[in-house]
Amino acid sequence: MLRIVLNRLALAIPLVFIVTFVAFWLVSIGPTDIAATILQGETTPDVVQALRHELGLDQPLGIQYTNWVVGVFQGNLGKSVLTHESVVDLINQRLGVTISLFIGVLVVVTVFGIGLGVISAVRGGWLGRTIDVLSLGGLVFPSFWLALILIAIFAVQLRWLPATGFIRFDDDPGLWFLCIVLPVTSASVAAITSVAKQTRDSMSDAMSRDFIRSLRASGLSRASIIYKHALRNASLPVVTVLGLVMISAVTTVIYVERIFVLPGVAGLAVDGAMKADLPVLMGCLLVFTLITVGISLLVDLSYAWLNPKVRLS
Amino acid sequence: MSDTDSIPVDAPVTQPIFAPKAAVAQPKPPSFMVRLLKKPLAVASLIWLAFIVLFGIVGQIWTPYDPISVQLKVFKQLPSAEHWLGTDALGRDVLSRLMAGTMTTLTGVIEAMITAMVIGVILGLVSGYFGGWWDKLIMQLTNVIVALPGIILLLTVLVVFNREMLAAMIVFGFMGSATITRVVRSVTLNVRQELYIDAARISGLGSFYIITRHVVPRIIGPLIVQLSLFSAIAIVTQTGINFLGLGTPPPAPTWGGMVAEAAVAMNDFPWLLVPGGVTIALTVLAFGLLGDSARDAASEGWTKSARTGIKTKQLDDIAANNAINKAAEAKLDTKTFLSVRDLTIVADNGEKVSILVNSMNLDVKHGETLGIVGESGSGKTLTSLALMGLLPTGTRVRTGVMSLDGKVYDLRDHDSIRNLRGKTIGMIFQEPMAALDPCFTIGSQLVEVIRRHNGLDKKAAKEQAIELLEKVRIPNAAEIVKRYPHQVSGGMAQRVGIAKALVASPKLLLADEPTTALDVTVQAEVLDLIRDLSEQNDMAVILVTHDWGVVADSCDRALVLYHGETMEMDTVANLFDKPQHPYTQALLKANPHNAVVGQPLPTIQASLESLLNAPRK
Repeated sequence: MLRIVLNRLALAIPLVFIVTFVAFWLVSIGPTDIAATILQGETTPDVVQALRHELGLDQPLGIQYTNWVVGVFQGNLGKSVLTHESVVDLINQRLGVTISLFIGVLVVVTVFGIGLGVISAVRGGWLGRTIDVLSLGGLVFPSFWLALILIAIFAVQLRWLPATGFIRFDDDPGLWFLCIVLPVTSASVAAITSVAKQTRDSMSDAMSRDFIRSLRASGLSRASIIYKHALRNASLPVVTVLGLVMISAVTTVIYVERIFVLPGVAGLAVDGAMKADLPVLMGCLLVFTLITVGISLLVDLSYAWLNPKVRLS
Repeated sequence: MSDTDSIPVDAPVTQPIFAPKAAVAQPKPPSFMVRLLKKPLAVASLIWLAFIVLFGIVGQIWTPYDPISVQLKVFKQLPSAEHWLGTDALGRDVLSRLMAGTMTTLTGVIEAMITAMVIGVILGLVSGYFGGWWDKLIMQLTNVIVALPGIILLLTVLVVFNREMLAAMIVFGFMGSATITRVVRSVTLNVRQELYIDAARISGLGSFYIITRHVVPRIIGPLIVQLSLFSAIAIVTQTGINFLGLGTPPPAPTWGGMVAEAAVAMNDFPWLLVPGGVTIALTVLAFGLLGDSARDAASEGWTKSARTGIKTKQLDDIAANNAINKAAEAKLDTKTFLSVRDLTIVADNGEKVSILVNSMNLDVKHGETLGIVGESGSGKTLTSLALMGLLPTGTRVRTGVMSLDGKVYDLRDHDSIRNLRGKTIGMIFQEPMAALDPCFTIGSQLVEVIRRHNGLDKKAAKEQAIELLEKVRIPNAAEIVKRYPHQVSGGMAQRVGIAKALVASPKLLLADEPTTALDVTVQAEVLDLIRDLSEQNDMAVILVTHDWGVVADSCDRALVLYHGETMEMDTVANLFDKPQHPYTQALLKANPHNAVVGQPLPTIQASLESLLNAPRK
């Protein structure tokens, strides 16, 4: 188990450095003078120069990056250029929201994706076709549009759920739940369909393998054969897809935080990008890179848990 | 007994004897594009995409109204004769804005697609064709790209390049190239391993020539699939960036921007969500369906037979089958332990029913071992599966009744025989490893079956599992229960399979080529084990085999099958001494046991020449 974690970290740590370095490199080669963009032109060259110095943009790329990395290890991601708040504080305040979204999406996608996939593999027929049609819809409508439609129906028309805003879980779990229902749903739909499709394919594949016939010949119940043996054997590719959709959920979480006005890190990143607030953007980039690394690590660990060949090799 | 002792009847040499031998000239399969254009969904998708392109081009030159100028007098109007898609919150004509905004999205998609294609194809070809170090490096690169939080990098790019869509879409294309690299690599790898590529290299053709002439044509199908799917994602990303307000600045119209404008007016004018959203969705759908059709068209090229949704026609006369079954019941010898009458197994592919096993009859007494002997494809395995109601999909029992221990069963009715599985009838399989679930320990699999049939608690079941393993002569059984199937040898796995079949002390054991996949030394041990268990428990055994040695060793009687027809059923002694049917004679002649040193061994094919004139039932 430790070996798997170490293996993943051996890949992940360089990845974190590569991603953040590429971002710094892009800033250094980009045609835009970030300092001037932030100040939006209405200022003197001296002020621009001063901001450039404050951001460290007048230094060589290597120094800039080293300073940033040293700062990261000291728990310091710099200050927002616009509000002068510490980026670490900004992120800390918002991380909870983003993490609850990710966990919500993971749970919903796992339960519904695998559930629907198994049902359509085992039952087929009209249910399978319904899932096909639904999954087409889930893949075709962009999540930001779907989120708006859900708001129009459930918040504006039916008034069942709040359209925007966020209540912390510790303040009121019930309201917290109501607040994240629509965001999680709209962020999950496309992912559910990918997972359901993969589950159906690998379930059909697993059900046609020889050992299933042998289990049937042993007189085991249908439920045990499907849900214990076939599903376990079908699970590896499903977990792979689950990992991929969770990584792409970073994108949908950005839309969703924006549309539902949730105070999360993704929204912070978009704000940072809008205002060219470089330290904020870099901080968010780091957070999301670490989240994707975490997802990959979870995928690796589930491989090991699900497949004895991986665990024991 | 050794491997060479077995009769090599498994070779498919006899298959063509009754089949026409003349080679049928295969018509050249239609090219990928032709197959693609035969699919209605692909054509519909292409028509929509062509329409969108035209829509975008026209939108650059002419629109019904000025897409930007504000007309507050006509704001938030539903579709009408003047404004086909209504007007937005500032009174601008929605159709005009949609037209004018199309080109930005299309160029964005094309930029991303070209980037992804160029990088993906080059890296994939290099990785797949040259392999080795290149391959490792490139695969590592794709692993990194796939694990990136792509959208945040896109945000950075947009900041750095001052919201320049071109830069963002190129970076997006680069990130999308990873999937394309992988697909191109795997196709290239497949082609690379084919013999004609080696031949081309040996004859001195350059790599460039081989790649462009032989590899690239094979890539086109999968590439179109991947590019279509990637384009679908690129549209969502491009419109998403504009939706977030990070792309083309307003008031210039974009698809994504229009959805964002609709979001603002959503409370009192939800209609505005429809035109932008539906246009995006239909275009994504078109790319998605094009990709799916391309995938089908590409795979048809290699598999030929397209999967069709034709429902299985009812080709059987059910009344006639019922009548045969009724008559067969009367013929059952219910006093014998197992009696089967008129077992006919057919395969149907929707259009045609072919007979795999034809009106087979068999009887087995208590404690007796019956061999079913025949070549591959003669229907011997199907026969044993039919007795369990476990025929593979596409095949079924057309007629057949069985009496087991005095009770009569209709073999067409799986529900009635389901309860026999594992309890009254045990079964062991040819591939012992494939018969065990690789994800669970041997112990847990045995315990599950034991608890199912014997209703023991976990602890007692575990003890019984160890006992059973000892019974099938597995040393250190307590250790073996903790192992996974991949951690034991084939012989060991087959013993586990036998132990599993014996859990509920079945009265009939179906053994489907139980020794074929095993080492020679282990074969004899496993056969001994089966024979001993049969004697100890007075258990009847049906032993499916192609090996006369096994028949002579283990069976009391044998049934000879050829292409689903029963040739002969007799005691083993009679079969060996005075085989009645010419096919049996031919099979026996080809037995290496009887080979004379210095003489060529008669093959089944040569021996079968006489069979061509033999009467067939």
